[in-house]
Amino acid sequence: MFSLIVGLVVAVVLLVVNIVLLKISFVPKELRILTIISIMVGYVYWGFEPFAHHEMHPHVAEASYEFDGKGDIEALEAQAKEIEAKGGDRSALDTEIAQTKEFWSNVVAISELSGNVETGSELVVANCTACHSIESEGFPKLMEDTDAAAAYGVTPPDLSLAGRIYDKNYLAAFIINPVKAMHIEHKYPVTGSKVFPMPGSDWMSNQEIADMVAYLQEVASKVDAPTVADGASDFEIAKAKNKEVFEAACVRCHSMEYAGIDAKTSAEAMREYIGATPPDLSQHIRSRGADYLHNFINDPQRKLPGTGMPRVGLTLEAEKQVVDYMEQIGDSKKQEREALGPIVLIYLTILAVFALLWKKQIWKKLH
Amino acid sequence: MAEFEKANSIGEWFDQRLNTSGFWRVMMTEYWIPKNINFLWAMGALLAMLFTLLLVTGIFLLMYYKPDVNMAFDSVNYTIMQEVAYGWIFRNIHGVGASVVFLVIYIHMFTGIYYGSYKKGREMIWLSGMLLFVLFSAEGFSGYMLPWGQMSYWAAYVITEIFGGIPFIGDELVIWIRGNFYVADATLTRFFMLHVLLIPLAILGAIVFHFYTLRFPHVNNEEGEFFDYKEESEKYLAGNQKESKVIAFWPDFLSKDFMVISIFMIFFFYLVFYHNAFAMDPVNFDKADGLKTPAHIYPEWYFLWSYEVLRGFFFDIAGISGKSLGLIAFGFAQIIFVLLPWLDKSPMVKPANQRPVFKYWFWILMADLFVLTIFGKLPPTGINAWVGFYASISFIVLFLALPYLTKLEAKMVGGK
Ligand code: HEM
Repeated sequence: MFSLIVGLVVAVVLLVVNIVLLKISFVPKELRILTIISIMVGYVYWGFEPFAHHEMHPHVAEASYEFDGKGDIEALEAQAKEIEAKGGDRSALDTEIAQTKEFWSNVVAISELSGNVETGSELVVANCTACHSIESEGFPKLMEDTDAAAAYGVTPPDLSLAGRIYDKNYLAAFIINPVKAMHIEHKYPVTGSKVFPMPGSDWMSNQEIADMVAYLQEVASKVDAPTVADGASDFEIAKAKNKEVFEAACVRCHSMEYAGIDAKTSAEAMREYIGATPPDLSQHIRSRGADYLHNFINDPQRKLPGTGMPRVGLTLEAEKQVVDYMEQIGDSKKQEREALGPIVLIYLTILAVFALLWKKQIWKKLH
Repeated sequence: MAEFEKANSIGEWFDQRLNTSGFWRVMMTEYWIPKNINFLWAMGALLAMLFTLLLVTGIFLLMYYKPDVNMAFDSVNYTIMQEVAYGWIFRNIHGVGASVVFLVIYIHMFTGIYYGSYKKGREMIWLSGMLLFVLFSAEGFSGYMLPWGQMSYWAAYVITEIFGGIPFIGDELVIWIRGNFYVADATLTRFFMLHVLLIPLAILGAIVFHFYTLRFPHVNNEEGEFFDYKEESEKYLAGNQKESKVIAFWPDFLSKDFMVISIFMIFFFYLVFYHNAFAMDPVNFDKADGLKTPAHIYPEWYFLWSYEVLRGFFFDIAGISGKSLGLIAFGFAQIIFVLLPWLDKSPMVKPANQRPVFKYWFWILMADLFVLTIFGKLPPTGINAWVGFYASISFIVLFLALPYLTKLEAKMVGGK
């Protein structure tokens, strides 16, 4: 509403400016006309691009990579306030807020403990490798992806890179209560009949959780950089590294057709698991843009409340790699474009100078 | 047939057979243009340039594009954009060109309106120009469907649906246009045909016709002055070019056009390389999906004003449904500019700011079109819907009032 009034006032001001400009005689006429037209074109552009986007895509909270629960609690409190303002009952939400606060203060407490890699290793072998592979450590997949998807509902991720690409706090939160960490309580309500494939380990002690996280971090730090062909360019090397993260973080559910990557879980299994078919990501860098992707991946519920996509808990670093990879596939000619752009513009500028001189020469005899 | 001397040069050989020197003289060096013009008179040549760019890049895109609902999206976004060497630049030029051509058409059109270049002998220029506008609109709309993204699909759906509102034949008509009950493969292939063959042919013809219509009335000038072209051109040919009120099409006029085009191309290619999202909507990089309606459906920016007139009537008035009213208003908006030469009853051919009544009409119309364009993109809810309604009403009232306002003006200026 406010921007609307501002917009209309600006329109009126611009028209007045235009009419005044028509009359200022000390500025060359052609320049005045050009100014008037630029103002009008600029105004219309502002209206149908930045202004329209601003109106259609309301601002949401910034992405946060702290994973300390602050955002979750704020969102719940805002929700409670809204209910209260409408005269509703906020007591259910208050309980949830209290639980959420406790949950995250526990997570933060865990992050302050120093974990023991040895014990962590034992705990992971005892508790995780029945379903998860850790190929870099020689724990192979026990089933083919499709069979695993059929058995568990979704293909369980390999954990080789988990300690690097997922935030430390997030990992702890996830082990304790995956559904809560992922923000998909609406898909797996506590009271519902649908059970999330991975059970939470809230029975473990804080120290044990810290040990497991420490072990996963240790494992990830030992993973070799992906192999590339001899003489590969920096671009290719970066792309291979980004691809590794993309595959670990996104490909269980999403395909990337333009890179020849299929999702590890079938569309049917995904519908069962999350109630939707995740889109192919080949062109998302164009259809959503990097800014949107960052905010969305960091916490999908913020941009798209109710979406089936879980918060995956990537670190900022890993998320950048994912988005970079999407750009390297979806906008693969970006480098070429940016290299050619200046050359074309310089050429045209020179051409324009010559055109100007030629015109001046021809018109000398006319004036 | 006269005896031919042996030609001394290739030029002469052709001249003997085709009278090329005579042709050149008539079309170029002795085609007279007023001297008193500014760069707005270069917009026509700029349009010809942009159309050429669209034609050439279009031909290249055609080599890889696949008009099939299963292949179209990837043939554009993968084959052309990522695989074919420099395919992306052809698409970017084509996509940005399609948007920018409308920008320049609007500048060209409103220049004509501002300077009164549509009346007193220039009616045919105006009509052929409007024909080009209609053809370009159809070309833009059909082309937008080809990448078969979400906006392609849903814009096609919404726009073809409009025809359903026509009484009696509406439903049949929609099916006839789509070639199916819904927007489908048949729709894509027929719009493909229109986009790459029929409409471009018609545009080429219409451009030639538009140029022809310019020949006898001559283009207008900054002061709307009428003068004796014969007298002025004789001055020019006698070497008195400084005094003469005319210049030659070649090289005088075209040297200026070439300058304007060159400067404009810097801006244009800046958009092509660095700023093309306004012309290639992000939503259209999602594959078409008939089961998933996008959150916001809107046409390209250049159709927003008339789209807003269509949506403006969102409630029933006097027992007529809002939808029908919108359709009537939309039809009105589509044809009303064509009638401008006959709605303007004032004899004045002068820039708008020198016309006592018309100047207000012109600037209010501009403001109204800005409002319609901007609100045409916003979701039509709450206050937006009302702004759209009043802006649509204003648009109609402006045109209905024009004959009366200009008659008043005619009285004020006493028939001059
Ligand atoms: C791509 C399409 C078009 C091309 C290539 C084109 C080309 C031209 C050219 C070369 C001129 C002469 C120079 C100038 O005044 O710019 C001209 C004049 C004119 N055009 Fe167009 N035009 C196009 C579309 C239109 C449209 C859509 C309209 C509006 C209905 C229009 C209306 C006029 C008028 C009224 C003039 C005369 C201007 C005057 O006398 O001062 N044209 N056009």
